[in-house]
Amino acid sequence: MTNILEALEWLLTADAWSGPGGLWVRSLEHLGYTLIALGISAVIALPLGLAIGHTRKGRGIAIVATGAARALPTLGLLTLVALFTGIGLTAPMVALVVLAAPSVLAGAYAGVESVNQATVDAARAQGMSGWQVLTRVEIPLGLPLILSGLRLAALQIIATATLAAYVGAGGLGRQLFLGLQTYDYSVMLGASLVVILLAILVDAAFGLTQRLLRRVPGLAGPGTAPGTGTRSRRVRANMTAN
Amino acid sequence: MNWILDNLPRIGELTLAHLALSLPAVIIAFVLSIPLAWGANRVRALREPVLTGTGLLYAVPSLPLFILLPALIGTSVRDPLNVVIALSIFGLALMVRSAAEALDAVTDDVRTSATAIGFSGVGRFFTVELPLAGPALLAGVRVVCVSSISLVSVSAVLGVSSLGSLFTDGFARNIIGSIVAGILMTVVLALICDLLLVLAGRMLMPWQHSRRRRPLLARAREVAA
Repeated sequence: MTNILEALEWLLTADAWSGPGGLWVRSLEHLGYTLIALGISAVIALPLGLAIGHTRKGRGIAIVATGAARALPTLGLLTLVALFTGIGLTAPMVALVVLAAPSVLAGAYAGVESVNQATVDAARAQGMSGWQVLTRVEIPLGLPLILSGLRLAALQIIATATLAAYVGAGGLGRQLFLGLQTYDYSVMLGASLVVILLAILVDAAFGLTQRLLRRVPGLAGPGTAPGTGTRSRRVRANMTAN
Repeated sequence: MNWILDNLPRIGELTLAHLALSLPAVIIAFVLSIPLAWGANRVRALREPVLTGTGLLYAVPSLPLFILLPALIGTSVRDPLNVVIALSIFGLALMVRSAAEALDAVTDDVRTSATAIGFSGVGRFFTVELPLAGPALLAGVRVVCVSSISLVSVSAVLGVSSLGSLFTDGFARNIIGSIVAGILMTVVLALICDLLLVLAGRMLMPWQHSRRRRPLLARAREVAA
């Protein structure tokens, strides 16, 4: 417990936060990495996942890919890429995207699949084209699960971005490894607490967004209609299982 | 490739260390999740707090948690115990939700019937509800097992020995073979453990695979729904 107090004491000193290597700069770096990696993952995995969900093709491959990505050790991927690309941001970005993209993908196809088939059929019967069905029915109704996928990906990225410093990039991992190398436990612990706080804040921000979106009429409405509740729960369970 | 062949004993040693860190965590997570899930389902007011609380634990990144634990339980930073406890927490975070949903999915009709033919509360739980929730529980344990095995590696940056040491050593000494061996062994280990869990599931739940009864059960479930 005294360790925690010492770490908090360190966190309360102005020196810890200011300067080019201070916690503010490192936190912003950390968030920056997270945004970039999440953006790249979304650009790659969202269209793919939506296509899989819409056409119901390639689901088997997606499940295998997401399962394999879960088994892949982050640190191994990171150090392997770093040996080829050298010190810097490339290796962490590759590792972050490889780890986060499957979550986004799973969320996207699970989201589209969770939409009540009757609703999709009704949209078709009204004369909507495939594209219209996707953009006006499947995406808005599948949004909760699509966002869950992005949320999971964001958490994985924040956690893994801590390791970026191990291969010479920045982020909050810098302070953490500095503390480790200099046997300064309070610095290590202080930096760890900031990472944990950052992760919880980002998670809460996603939670809040999801809650607010649930109130928008027309979003996720029929998904909660009687009879579809268990189905979407099952889909969600599958998503985490994959 | 040569590096891998020359270092087989060390790889084997690290594999065992890796298992010693990940398997206890999986077992602890599974054993603790059942009573927690049961309690959460039983006392409805507790359900949301327990599920959100454990869900929030999952948001905590692994490396910072490995570092935070020593301050809370008084171990040293390089103590393997931190890793086991942290992984148990992550496993629990995943497992409590799936266990709660698995136990919740047992229909009231089944519960009432079991009570009607004379099962006591405890007996009903172990002989009726738990086996029926089995397949969903198994799915949860499989996820926990695979993710624990891949998460262990991170602790190598703190100096805890596991297959992750092959990554830190390989990176420090520029040996690609070491890192590749580590990745391969981690994935193979995860696959083997997953396969063993599936086999254990078949042995413990043989009814899942008797083909004649399956469609009937499925039909009964549809009617019930």
